[in-house]
Amino acid sequence: MLRYLLNKIALLIPTLVGITICAFAFVRLLPGDPILAMAGEHGVTPARYEELKEQFGYNLPVWEQYARYVGEVATGDFGVSISSKRPVLQEFKTLFPATLELSFFAMIFAMVIGIPAGIFAAVKRGSWFDQSLMGTALVGYSMPIFWWGLLLIIFFSGYLGWTPVSGRMGLQFFLKPITGFMTIDSILYGKWDALRSALSHLVLPAIVLGTIPLAVIARQTRSAMLEVLGEDYVRTARAKGLSAARVIGAHALRNALIPVVTTIGLQVGTLLAGAILTETIFAWPGIGKWMVDSIFKRDYVVVQSGLLLIALIVMAVNLIVDVLYAVINPRIRAA
Amino acid sequence: MKKTMTFAAALLAASVLGGMANAKTLVYCSEASPANFDPGTTTGGNDFDASSRTVYSRLVEFKHGGTEIEPGLADKWEISDDGLVYTFHLHPGVKFQTTDYFKPTRDLNADDVVFSFDRQFNKQNPWNGEKYLPNLTWDYYTGMDMPKYVAKWEKVDDLTVKLTLTEPNAPMLANLGMDFASIVSKEYADQLEKEGKMADFSTKPIGTGPFQFVDYQLDSVIRYAANPDYFKGKEKIDDLVFAITPDATARIQKVLAGECDVAPYPNPADIATIKANKDVTLMDQAGLNIGYMSYNTTIPPLDKPEVRHALNQAIDREALIKSLFQDAGATPAQNLIPPTMWSWNKDVKFDSYDPEAAKKVLADAGLKEIQLWAADRVRPYNPNFQRAAELIQADWAKVGVKANIVNYEWTKYREEGKKKERPGAFQIGWTGDNGDPDNFFATLFACSAIGVSNYSSWCDKDFEDLIQKAKKTSDQGERTKLYEQAQEIFAKQAPAFLLAHSQVYAVVRNNVSGFKMDPLGIHRFDGVDKAE
Repeated sequence: MLRYLLNKIALLIPTLVGITICAFAFVRLLPGDPILAMAGEHGVTPARYEELKEQFGYNLPVWEQYARYVGEVATGDFGVSISSKRPVLQEFKTLFPATLELSFFAMIFAMVIGIPAGIFAAVKRGSWFDQSLMGTALVGYSMPIFWWGLLLIIFFSGYLGWTPVSGRMGLQFFLKPITGFMTIDSILYGKWDALRSALSHLVLPAIVLGTIPLAVIARQTRSAMLEVLGEDYVRTARAKGLSAARVIGAHALRNALIPVVTTIGLQVGTLLAGAILTETIFAWPGIGKWMVDSIFKRDYVVVQSGLLLIALIVMAVNLIVDVLYAVINPRIRAA
Repeated sequence: MKKTMTFAAALLAASVLGGMANAKTLVYCSEASPANFDPGTTTGGNDFDASSRTVYSRLVEFKHGGTEIEPGLADKWEISDDGLVYTFHLHPGVKFQTTDYFKPTRDLNADDVVFSFDRQFNKQNPWNGEKYLPNLTWDYYTGMDMPKYVAKWEKVDDLTVKLTLTEPNAPMLANLGMDFASIVSKEYADQLEKEGKMADFSTKPIGTGPFQFVDYQLDSVIRYAANPDYFKGKEKIDDLVFAITPDATARIQKVLAGECDVAPYPNPADIATIKANKDVTLMDQAGLNIGYMSYNTTIPPLDKPEVRHALNQAIDREALIKSLFQDAGATPAQNLIPPTMWSWNKDVKFDSYDPEAAKKVLADAGLKEIQLWAADRVRPYNPNFQRAAELIQADWAKVGVKANIVNYEWTKYREEGKKKERPGAFQIGWTGDNGDPDNFFATLFACSAIGVSNYSSWCDKDFEDLIQKAKKTSDQGERTKLYEQAQEIFAKQAPAFLLAHSQVYAVVRNNVSGFKMDPLGIHRFDGVDKAE
C-alpha cells in the first residue's frame, strides 16, 4: 500500500512541473499587456511604460521570469497581487472557504437527488420515468450555467421572492469570520437566524453549481446499477425470496456505488470550473470570482498562482480518491 | 416525485430572508470589489466610491452632482497673478476619524496636506515605494501630469499650504478635487510606520470624510458608519453598506427585491422593467463621456479633411445610435466635449448624413478599402463596438468603401490602436476625470498625446496653440473662448467621427432621498437619507 502511495505521489511531480509551465505560459499567451491594462484609457508614455516594465520585471527574458517564479513558488511565496497589492496566498485563504462551502452544498444537492434518481431509473429501466430522467439529465449536463443562474434568480428571487438574490448572508448579520464557513461560523456564534440566512443564500447557487454533477451522478448511478442488477448474485438474492428493497439496498447498491464514488471525486474539477461562473452571478466571494476579476485585470501574479493553487487542490483530491479506491478495491493496489 | 419533493422542501427552507435593513442603514450594491482603500494607489471608479468619496475629503470638492469646484478642506484659496502659486487656507478644527484602530491626537493641519502629495512623487518618502506596498505606480498622479507641473508643496503655517507650479496650469484646481488628491492623515501614517504595519494604511483607511471604515469582507461586503465628527455635520444615515454584486441583472434584482437601496449600471435590456416598477426610480444623467472613431490622419487618403468628412457623412448616425444604445439612449455628439461641460460650442454642427455627396468625394479620393477597428468590450460610451462596426461597414459599403473589421481583445486593442502607423478608423472613447475641457481636448488630441491616447495621430498647429494657451490661462471666460475656437477647428478638420455622449444610470428605491447622479461617474452618499 505504501509503495502504491509513493508511486502515486511520484507521478504528481511531473504533473506539478507541467502545471507551473502551463500557468505561466497561458497567462502570457493571453493577448493584452498588463501595464496597459493598468493604465486604462489614459494610456502611458513610452518612457513611463519602460519604467513600469522594469519595476514589474517584465523586461527580463521569459525563461528568467519563469525561473524566478518557480523559485518563489518552491519557497511558498506565491507573490503579491498587482492590483490589490495583497499576498496572493492570503487572498486565496480568505476566499477559499466560500468556494468550499458552496461546492460542498452543491455536491450534497447533486448526491441527494442524483443517486436515488439513478437507482430508481435503473430499477424501472425503460419506463417513462427512466426515459424522462435520462432526458432531463442530458439537458442538465449541457445546461449553460450563466443562463440557468440568472433564470433561477429572476424566477425564485425576483418573481416569487422566496430566496435572496445573491451574496452569502443577510447584510444585517455582521459576523467576523472564524472558520470562513458562514454556516459553521453562525453556529459557533450561536446565531440561528444568521445560519438560516446563510442557508437561504446557499440554495440557488448550490442548485446551479450542482446541476451538472447531478446529471453526471444520476447517469453514472443508473448505468452502474444496471450492470449490477444483471449479476448472478442479484438473481440469487431474488431467488432466495428477498424483498425488492433488500435486494437493491443491501446487495446491488453497495457494489454499484464503487464507480459512483470515483465519479463524485472526479467532479471536484467540474465544481471548481463551475464556481467561476456561479460565483460571478451570485456575487459569491470565492476563488472563482477572484480568478475572473484577475483575468480581466491582467493580474498575472494572481492568475498564475491561483491556477497553481487550484490545480494543487484538484491533484490532492484525485490522490485521495485513488487511495480510497485502493482501500475499497484491493485489486487496484496490485496493478 | 422524490425529486420534486426535495426541490420544494429546499425552497421552503429558504423562506423570505435577506435585506431586512434597520432604520438608517443604506445598502449600495456596488459593481466590483475595491482594489484597496488608498485612493492615491488605485484607478477604478469602484475603488474611489469605496474610499475617496466615503472615507476621505480633499482641499476642494466637486459640487454634488456637478463639475463645479467648491471649497472642501480648504475654505478659500488664492492664485497668484502669474498663475504659479496657489495658497490654500484650511478649515480649522477638522478631525480625522476615530476608530478602533486609530485615535487621532490632533486636528488636520498643513502637514497632512503636504504628506498626501509628497508620498505620491517623492522617492525619498518611505510611503512612496516598496516599504509601503509592492509595485506602486501612482497612476493618477502621473496620468494627470502632476510631476511635470508641481514644483513644490509647502507648509506656511498649520492652516496654510502653498503649492508652486513649474508653469501655469488652469486645470490644476480641478485636479485637486480628484480622488487621488484625497487628504490622508500623517499622524496615522507615522503611527503605522513605527508599528511596522504600513500596509494597513491601504486596508484600514483613516480620513476626514462623511463615513468611517468599519469592516471589509473580501469580495463581499464593506461596512461604514457615519463619521460623528464630520466637519460638514454628521450624515443622516447611520450605517452605509456596500454589497459587492458584479452581475448587472443580479444587482437590479436586488434593488427590486429591496435587498439594496441603490445600484449603478443597469443593463440597457433591463431599463424597461425598471421603469415599469413603482418601488424604484431610474435616475439618469448625460455622462461626462464621448464615444468616437479616430481616423489616422497621417496615412493618405485619410490625411485629407474632405475624405474624413465624407466618411462621416456616409454614416447614418441616428440609426447607429438607436441600434447601439436602444432604450438607454444617448445624445448625438456635436463636439468632443458633452453639452453639460462649460465651453461647449453650441454653434458647431457635426456632419449630417449625406451618402450621395460622400460617394463622390470618396470616389475622387480613390478610397476603396479601409480598416475598421472593434474591441470586445462594453464601454460606457459604446455598448457594442462590434455591432457599431457592422453598421458602419454597411453604410460605407453603400458609398463604395469596403470596410474590413479588425478585432482584438481590449488591452491588445488599445496597444495596437495607439501606434502611429495604425491604419484606418479606430473606435474608442473617453470618460472625463475632472470636468475640465482640457481633460478632453489635450488628453485626446494634443500633439504630445500621439502614441499615448491621440488615436488619430492628429497634430494641428492652430488647435494645439489654442488648447495650450487655454491650459495656461486662469480666467474661465478667456478659456471658454479659446476652447470654443478649438471646437470650430476640430469640426473643420474632422480627425474623428463623433458618435454620442451616453446616459449613465442608477436605480434607486423610492424611500431614498438626496441621492444624485454624478457626471464624473462617482457614487456619493453624503447628503443621502432614507425613510422607512
